[in-house]
Amino acid sequence: MPVIDVHQDTEALTLTFVAEFAADVERVWQVWADPRQLERWWGPPEWPATFEEHELSEGGRCRYYMTGPDGEKARGWWTVTAVDPPHRLEFDDGFAGEDGEPDPTLGATHGVVTFEALEGRTRMTTVSTFESAEQLAQMSAMGMEEGMREAMGQIDGLLAGPTPR
Amino acid sequence: MVVENELTDDEVDRIFQALADTTRRDIVTRVLRQEQSVSALAGHYRMSFAAVQKHVAVLERAALVTKRRRGREQVVHGNVATLRRAAGLLEDYEQIWRGRARAIEDLLAEEVPPGDRGAQ
Repeated sequence: MPVIDVHQDTEALTLTFVAEFAADVERVWQVWADPRQLERWWGPPEWPATFEEHELSEGGRCRYYMTGPDGEKARGWWTVTAVDPPHRLEFDDGFAGEDGEPDPTLGATHGVVTFEALEGRTRMTTVSTFESAEQLAQMSAMGMEEGMREAMGQIDGLLAGPTPR
Repeated sequence: MVVENELTDDEVDRIFQALADTTRRDIVTRVLRQEQSVSALAGHYRMSFAAVQKHVAVLERAALVTKRRRGREQVVHGNVATLRRAAGLLEDYEQIWRGRARAIEDLLAEEVPPGDRGAQ
């Protein structure tokens, strides 16, 4: 298991995720930089992603869809806000409408990914920041619809938050 | 985070329906930051006081906000449970990243990654 540290900050609505991989930084960068490799891991297993546009340059746009078990499509987008290959990638990430363009009613997640060399290994740190708790709730609701079944039980649990006194 | 009581399907529906509207999401965001009177909230939107009051009522039914009287004003504040929920949602997001990290690891373990465009 490559995950070495995870930190959730509920107040700041961030998730920091640290993983180490047995490959050098250039190689790990490739799994982001090559859309065909990115497609192999970005979507959940039952919802593989297909990137139709993939431009990792500042201001660059990516457009993708994930295909569900029944052939249904869920579209998403990235806007690259900063890039320094093979060390750092920053992007906004959100769901898109049928036309593939960002859905303005759904917030974006800001992701900052850094790659550090550690004696032939690579430490990849991802910090994801959500705009609001509501956005997070909504993302999760979409995730539910989009078949992230494994998360289902947890979503039910979290919706069971204590009712107000 | 340990969550004890389960919500019914109706309650889940109410929460997601309440959050399906842009104005209502905005109201929740504002009152989570700081409690506000209904009239102060109404000042932020190009709609009638009554319309804003209706939105607040929808949020109240979903237990996303609570309202209490302060003098002549109705003060709306965000339900802290929303933040607790957010903690659970971060948990979901963490699971997504765990899955991704595993998939990256598998990909890296392959000798010649397919789709590497012959770069190596």
